[in-house]
Amino acid sequence: MDLSFTPEENAFRDEVRTFFKENLPKDIRDKLVAGMHASKEDMIRWTRILNKKGWAVPHWPVEYGGTGWTPVQQYIFLEEQMLAPAPQMLAFGVSMVGPVIYTFGSEEQKKKYLPAIANLDTWWSQGFSEPGAGSDLAGLRTTAKREGDHYIVNGQKTWTTLGQHGDMIFMLVRTDPNAKKQEGISFLLIDMKSPGITVKPIITIEGGHEVNEVFFDDVKVPVENLVGKENKGWDYAKFLLGNERVGIARVGASKERIRRIKQLATAELDGDTPLIENQRFREKLASIEVELKALEMTQLRVVAAERTREKGKPDPASSILKIKGSELQQAITELALEVAGPYIAPYRQETHDGWNEPPAGPEWASPLAPAYFNYRKVSIYGGSNEIQKNIIAKAILGL
Amino acid sequence: MDFDLSEEQRLLKDSVDRLVADKYDFDKRKAYLKNEHGFSREMWSQFAELGLLALPFAEADGGFGGGPVETMIVMESLGRALAVEPYLATVVLSGGVLRHAASEAQRAELVPMIAGGEKIFALAHHERAARYNLACVATKATKDGDGYVLDGEKSLVLNGDAADWLIVSARVSGGDRDENGIGLFLVDARAPGVTRRGYWNQDATRSAEISLSKVKVDAANVIGEPGKAFPVIERVVHEAIAALCSEAVGGMGVAHADTVEYLKTRKQFGVTIGSFQSLQHRAVEMFVFLEQSRSITYFATMMASENDAAERARAMSAAKVQIGKSLRFVGQQSIQLHGGVGMTYELRVGHYFKRGTMIDTLFGDVDHHLAKLSAMGGLIAA
Repeated sequence: MDLSFTPEENAFRDEVRTFFKENLPKDIRDKLVAGMHASKEDMIRWTRILNKKGWAVPHWPVEYGGTGWTPVQQYIFLEEQMLAPAPQMLAFGVSMVGPVIYTFGSEEQKKKYLPAIANLDTWWSQGFSEPGAGSDLAGLRTTAKREGDHYIVNGQKTWTTLGQHGDMIFMLVRTDPNAKKQEGISFLLIDMKSPGITVKPIITIEGGHEVNEVFFDDVKVPVENLVGKENKGWDYAKFLLGNERVGIARVGASKERIRRIKQLATAELDGDTPLIENQRFREKLASIEVELKALEMTQLRVVAAERTREKGKPDPASSILKIKGSELQQAITELALEVAGPYIAPYRQETHDGWNEPPAGPEWASPLAPAYFNYRKVSIYGGSNEIQKNIIAKAILGL
Repeated sequence: MDFDLSEEQRLLKDSVDRLVADKYDFDKRKAYLKNEHGFSREMWSQFAELGLLALPFAEADGGFGGGPVETMIVMESLGRALAVEPYLATVVLSGGVLRHAASEAQRAELVPMIAGGEKIFALAHHERAARYNLACVATKATKDGDGYVLDGEKSLVLNGDAADWLIVSARVSGGDRDENGIGLFLVDARAPGVTRRGYWNQDATRSAEISLSKVKVDAANVIGEPGKAFPVIERVVHEAIAALCSEAVGGMGVAHADTVEYLKTRKQFGVTIGSFQSLQHRAVEMFVFLEQSRSITYFATMMASENDAAERARAMSAAKVQIGKSLRFVGQQSIQLHGGVGMTYELRVGHYFKRGTMIDTLFGDVDHHLAKLSAMGGLIAA
């Protein structure tokens, strides 16, 4: 048992940090430090910088463009990316559909899609959730009927994150309406420019446009866009969702936000003294830091155990990462509100190019309330925390 | 970064676990409590035979050269057993003082006494006015020829009634709360001028109030440089905090496992109560606290050998905060989910709850360490 990073791992961290320092465009970094979203163009620009370096899809097998890094190195890379802070890779491509394609897809699919994911030439969207199928994902009703060498897709997907930019969408569709719930589902790749697809924005509580509804009306999809076998889509979806939880604790991102809060609270006065010296405030902050340190160690335990875990089988302990990670992200956005005090109030319209009106009050304060409102999502998406508790109760505690 | 135990560590864990499984069930513990000083001398001899009492000492001093990970392994196991033997007092606290401050000659004489299980040691440091301030020492050490004379009152001395030897902190200079001016002295617990009053704690461990009146200490029994003992005391307490975290994890593990087992067997309304979602989720919340505690204990264990005292202090405060909160939640909920039977003295969950409640107050509770950590600027640099 050796609980410290090896000299090689520390050297690797330095290498990654230096690369980020020298290559992350300043305008992108500044935007993220301020608490604003990276635009589509920002993400493409950054992905291509990483791809040129060979770091866009580090966790993929080497033959498809991965780096061959150990799980600990991958962890360090992700953490440094969040600490920089740099935009995260578009998860729908690199963490979700990419691994499904290289694990279950045909040779043609691998050739056609994988390089375009690594370079963000193709923007992927996720078509899983439906109005009637949220946490109960297998309740989905969108159908795909085989007609000759095409499927005809009809139905509706929802909560499609950044679907407004989507070139392609990976879908769970029902191909056998008579089979039991989890059977009869297939995994399809659909070109979002196909006739019959309509994308409508869903505006979330803070006023932002992040998610969408996607409607499918007799959409023709070539059969070669089926991944793996017909009616086996649920297996691929389970594999995909297992991958999704690995990065979900977002410890590095939370650390970066705490650093930001400390900087702001050192400058912001509470009476005659900096807010950071207010005992109640700083104890709340320290309390979050303690839990985050514990979560970081939990994450490292999961990462270290990856070497010996059966491939494709998610660690049930990763459900802890989701629960605690989301609780802490929410606690941090909540504490950030307290830094701004009354200046959380003025509302500004966000566009993807930044702000279009001058603020009332300090510039830094205006993204804080929207972030707080928006982050209520993190305990809901990816399987709500209540679902995670059901999973732990069943899979770990045997209840 | 490697969380797997080495071959030797695995052997250690297996042997301690086996001893505890064979010799330390809850009924046997009840019997051990009836012994003089409230613990089993026979168990203590077995600890010695297994090498547990020699574990953290350097090989040159007759020990096994174990580090914080080895102590973690032993303490977690003792925590599962709710063991009442004076391992913390003798090996971790007193042994820690000997490791960090005693001369070669003193170690040569004293370490074998501990390692062989012959003598019980206790650290007589805490005083009534101290609360959690480790520098608060009013007991006086007055120079007397080559040696010293000690006068003062020590309180809450863990296993002070069973001790053959006391390591006493006393002030050679400065004010009652100065970090400078504290010394450490080895005192025969039966020496003239030493009066002890032993008593039970809530969790069936034992402590003593100790009064020192004109107690003579030879030059040979002065440990380290008088006046410079604070960093030693702080370091030893940090090691004890890491050890207590492990004990807490062991205990919470049992409390949680017992609770889950009860949910699976207890029937009401014709079904096992574990089929109720509200109880399932509570059990999961306990599990999250338990795992977060295990994680922060790894952190504390990793930092226990850190030489930078401030960094070490941050880590121990962080660990004590997480452990204290977890002990409270897991302890309270293990009673709640057992329902009425959880309230009975007969069932063991209540005893884990009581031990956990006491661990929170040993060397600083949640509020104390949260205040301390936040005053040091937290864990993450701005």
